[in-house]
Amino acid sequence: MENATGVKNVRKSFGTQTVLDGISFDLVEGETTCVLGRSGTGKSVLLKLLIGLERADTGTVSLVGQDITNGAQPALDEARKRVGFLFQQAALYDSMTIEENVAFPLKRHRHLPESELRDRVHQLLSSLGMERDYAKLPSQISGGMKKRVGLARALALEPSLVLFDEPTAGLDPMSAAEIATLIADLRDQRHMTSLVVTHDLPTAKKIANRLIILDKGTVIFDGTVDGFERSSEPFITQYLKDAA
Amino acid sequence: MATASLPAPVNNLEVTRPRFAAISEAVEAVGEFGIFAWRIAKAIAKPPYEFREFLHQLDMIGAQSMPLIALAGAATGVVLSLQTRDSLSRFGAKSVLPAVLVFSLIKETGPIITGLVAAGRVGAGIGAELGSMKVTEQIDAMEASAVDPHKYLAATRVLAAIVALPLLTVFADFCGILAGWFAATMTDPVSLQLFIGSGFKAVTFHDIIPPTLKTAVFGLIIGLVSTFQGMRTRGGTEGVGHSATSSVVLSSLLIIVADVVLVRLIIEFF
Repeated sequence: MENATGVKNVRKSFGTQTVLDGISFDLVEGETTCVLGRSGTGKSVLLKLLIGLERADTGTVSLVGQDITNGAQPALDEARKRVGFLFQQAALYDSMTIEENVAFPLKRHRHLPESELRDRVHQLLSSLGMERDYAKLPSQISGGMKKRVGLARALALEPSLVLFDEPTAGLDPMSAAEIATLIADLRDQRHMTSLVVTHDLPTAKKIANRLIILDKGTVIFDGTVDGFERSSEPFITQYLKDAA
Repeated sequence: MATASLPAPVNNLEVTRPRFAAISEAVEAVGEFGIFAWRIAKAIAKPPYEFREFLHQLDMIGAQSMPLIALAGAATGVVLSLQTRDSLSRFGAKSVLPAVLVFSLIKETGPIITGLVAAGRVGAGIGAELGSMKVTEQIDAMEASAVDPHKYLAATRVLAAIVALPLLTVFADFCGILAGWFAATMTDPVSLQLFIGSGFKAVTFHDIIPPTLKTAVFGLIIGLVSTFQGMRTRGGTEGVGHSATSSVVLSSLLIIVADVVLVRLIIEFF
């Protein structure tokens, strides 16, 4: 498949601690997949493996059609240009303005004329409700606004896949709902594939076509939201009870 | 019969394990540093070049260090002038004060003061900035958007430090000589023209160029050590503080060691 993204029998350990223990799944194009699980079950590590920031001990990793298991740099960079990544704390470059943050990947990879580049950046920021804050520094905006700017930067190169690391963490319920709506819009309006790592079950139920539940480094559930809610797996029933 | 209790047997393995771990960590760090330096060398040599970011770093490392370098150079010039004048007076050789001051500043004092002051200001700045970027995932974000942080963040800073240090050294020498003249003329009035003429009378390019250019090596040390320390930062704000401190300490130590080697090489080959 042209844009195949997934992992197969992936194991990852840090020292003596095994974080991922032979997990496998493939993303379905145009769908939003949410990965849930307790803290420390390797959800963020999984995202970092997919974008090539960490290397798997064993198993294979594919990113938008490229096998990036061995981390060969040219193939990895080509794949990365087709993927957006929203970090948990947005990871905005704090020495750059909001406008410069969003322009950064475009300047590096698109070589557009200055006016076209500015138009593109303003259009992206406006579409995320950030049209009045171009010249502000990241330290001058709220957590929710940082996430929006981070999302604008992730979307700058018009990726086919977006990876989200805890997109609603640390946000008030209204900001979290707005971010969830934006993620759903990416799928419904731009037909983007998304992988969302989150603790936020209500958001996951709202946006996911598919849920993957991790526990102790393994996949214990992979299916729809309905299937998840009907599951008799003890971990999931407990998870649902605690989340209620 | 009561038996005296014997001390517990010393397990040699237990005693030596922490020592081996420390040695192993040190060897690992040296290996990582070697790989890092090689990556930076490749990033500097291989196009596309980050010219705009290089100029920005040249401004941050070079131009913005000038006030501190001027102050350090001037203070050194004044102290050298006052101390040397006192010593030379005892031997009736006061007239060679300008030459002694100029030789001392351009051959050793100017370069080493510039290196150490830059290690403090620039090393701490780079270590803390990159360390902060590392712990807030900004470096990961750059890598995830297919931009090589070794090229964009580290290589530009290393190259800027290599270029900036010799220029800062010339500036420190200039300020030191000027301040040295000022200190000398306060007690024994002499024109600047005469002071400079007398000071540079016996100076050749061989006396100026190698000691000034050796600070490019100091720049390389400061750039490599502080970017390395910054980019391997772990553990939040405490880690950032550690990176800034270790950048300064390691850079300063390596500059002093490198100076000994370079002075020997300069004497040997020039």
